Amino acid sequence: METKENIIELKHIGKSFDDGFAAVSDFNLEVKRGEFVTFLGPSGCGKTTTLRMIAGFEIPSEGEILLNGQSITELPPHKRPINTVFQRYALFPHMNIYENIAFGLKQKKTPKEEIDRRVTKVLDLVDLEGFEQRSVSTLSGGQQQRIAIARALVNEPQILLLDEPLGALDLKMRKEMQLELKSMHEKLGITFIYVTHDQEEALTMSDKIVVMSEGKIQQIGTPEDIYNEPKNAFVADFIGESNIFNGIMTGKLKARFCGGEFACVDDIEEGTHITAVVRPEDVIFTEPGKGTIDGTVTSVIFKGMHYEITVQSGKNEMVIQTVNSAAPGDKVGMKVEPNNIHIMIAEDHTNVFNADINKAFHLEYNGTVLDTSVTRIIKGSKRMEDGTLIDGHGEVVDIDRTKIQISIRPEDIDMTDNAEEGLVQGYISNLIYKGDHYSYVIHSDLGQDFIVDDEDLWNMNDTVGLIMPVEKMKFAVKR
Amino acid sequence: MQKFRFSRKSLGIPYALYLILFVVAPLLVLFYYAFTNGEGRFTVANLTGFFTDPNTMGTLLYSLAVAFVTTMVCLLLAYPTAYILATSKLRMKGVLVMVFVMPMWINFSLRITALKEVLNLLEGNLAMYPFLNAVVGMTYDFLPFMILPIYTTISKLDGSLREAAMDLGANEAQTFLKITLPLSVPGIISGVSMVFLPAMTNYVVLDMLYNSTYIMGSLIGSYFSAYDWHGGSMIALVLLAIICIFTLLMGGDSEENARGGALL
Repeated sequence: METKENIIELKHIGKSFDDGFAAVSDFNLEVKRGEFVTFLGPSGCGKTTTLRMIAGFEIPSEGEILLNGQSITELPPHKRPINTVFQRYALFPHMNIYENIAFGLKQKKTPKEEIDRRVTKVLDLVDLEGFEQRSVSTLSGGQQQRIAIARALVNEPQILLLDEPLGALDLKMRKEMQLELKSMHEKLGITFIYVTHDQEEALTMSDKIVVMSEGKIQQIGTPEDIYNEPKNAFVADFIGESNIFNGIMTGKLKARFCGGEFACVDDIEEGTHITAVVRPEDVIFTEPGKGTIDGTVTSVIFKGMHYEITVQSGKNEMVIQTVNSAAPGDKVGMKVEPNNIHIMIAEDHTNVFNADINKAFHLEYNGTVLDTSVTRIIKGSKRMEDGTLIDGHGEVVDIDRTKIQISIRPEDIDMTDNAEEGLVQGYISNLIYKGDHYSYVIHSDLGQDFIVDDEDLWNMNDTVGLIMPVEKMKFAVKR
Repeated sequence: MQKFRFSRKSLGIPYALYLILFVVAPLLVLFYYAFTNGEGRFTVANLTGFFTDPNTMGTLLYSLAVAFVTTMVCLLLAYPTAYILATSKLRMKGVLVMVFVMPMWINFSLRITALKEVLNLLEGNLAMYPFLNAVVGMTYDFLPFMILPIYTTISKLDGSLREAAMDLGANEAQTFLKITLPLSVPGIISGVSMVFLPAMTNYVVLDMLYNSTYIMGSLIGSYFSAYDWHGGSMIALVLLAIICIFTLLMGGDSEENARGGALL
């Protein structure tokens, strides 16, 4: 009975290309009839590849696609009752608007009168009545977009696939089209599967969002779920602006992160490593010393509806959205209501921190220059003779605005008694025995907690240095 | 006197000079000779002579036939080749295209001499199949000029157009007929005009194949070697007119021609 309601099911879908690149892996999804589902993720996350597998342009390397319970995994695209709206519209330049829209119906040998009637009806639907005889090149981007939608919808597909259809439109047009697509979806009752990298678009339009990263589903849920209850740090970071901190549970309904101890509503066992997410609009300013943490305002940006204020607190940065302005240099206190702190158990204890690029184009963290080359970290970049650094796209890298995010696994960090020897110094604030090793939390002088796995037993409150081998670090560029 | 001021327009002067010296002036000379007789008086005798001389008209028809068949054979060979080259996902693609273009870099007379020996071997006596040999020689010489513009056009086609057609219910064959083929017409026109016109006049190929038949080029050559500048000029002029009409009929897609040409 369940399959009756699901129009399409993707089961353990995987796609690897000839060069061995795994674009999608173990993708499982059920889409209900009439739903508006959005695949959301950064470029290269596999969302378009997944859409292309549903359309039939790519054959999955693994898994099965079921349409109404029947496998269509290897059915060629022209035999699927599914139509696509392409990113760059892909209107046929040698045909006029009528011929473009009628193309699919003519393939099905639909009688001429019926074609005429349906073309007129669908042009009416997209608000382009009387455009039949116009040529493609005389249309604006927005009009071409509507024709592309009309050309797909006229076939009355069971599923309409839309591959970033609004990407090439300007902001105002995009907003209009979002609402129009949404109302078209409601009017027609056709299942829409929509691909975008724009989180706002996804939140506005969808019934269900599938957040993807590196070929894997990160979370499936309603827009509210995804925004309010992100499953992991990636989702929290990608959906809306977030402050994300590594931390630890320090007691019942108490968590320490960002250099302070916050009351929270998630009942998680003491000593558990957590990721805490705080939305910028949920941080409340107080008098210095009266909040949970103190800090100094470093930047204030007016955003129209609100100010975006960045506060430095120890080594942590907190971004705050508020209607009250502040001035850079102001000392402030900050607090967060317990139910506005979203706490996730850190499934992955990888330590993440940001390093700077110094004037000599070396990576620098905590006053130490790391033994690695920046040109190797930023893909395709090279040093120019005039002393600037050019990235793979030929653009100059601004070292003040570019941060390198370093991640290192807990087992790759070594502790030393000689604190000065380490890249970071701190004291052991927590330890848990994990069966074959101890997991330590080091509260560093920088305010950030580091997680270190070690087989030997160290004492609480010992001052230690953390040795992090450069060859064990992973680097990502952040701008 | 006004001082000369360098402006953007001045950059056009060398081109204008070139145009006058090498295009306009020779054309005027051609016109002058075509419409005058030995004493330098105006006459249309050369023109009427052209259309009344059965010998000239025969050569014209024969040239058209050679050019037409050559063009068709080139097209039939070149289109599938270009299509396969352009749509294959082979990493060797560049090398394959090179293989088809490479003959153009080998000395022309060397190639034709080699072809002559091969044909000699196959046919025994070259004089027995003059028309066939003319077409084979021309095809061998001009094939790359047909492949390249078609290859360029098909390579540049937006792949999502083919996908859109399949998405809308067209199978591979229908997609080819309704999308790829119509959209590669500019490349075909470009290739045809690069093959058809030279094939009417390039008599060196025939000469080198010991071919005794006459095409338009050979005819003009024979007039000039007999010091009949006036008759020869008129034939050249008529040929020019035919080429102009032909190009106009083909739509004269100069942009595509230029692009295909740039690749050569």
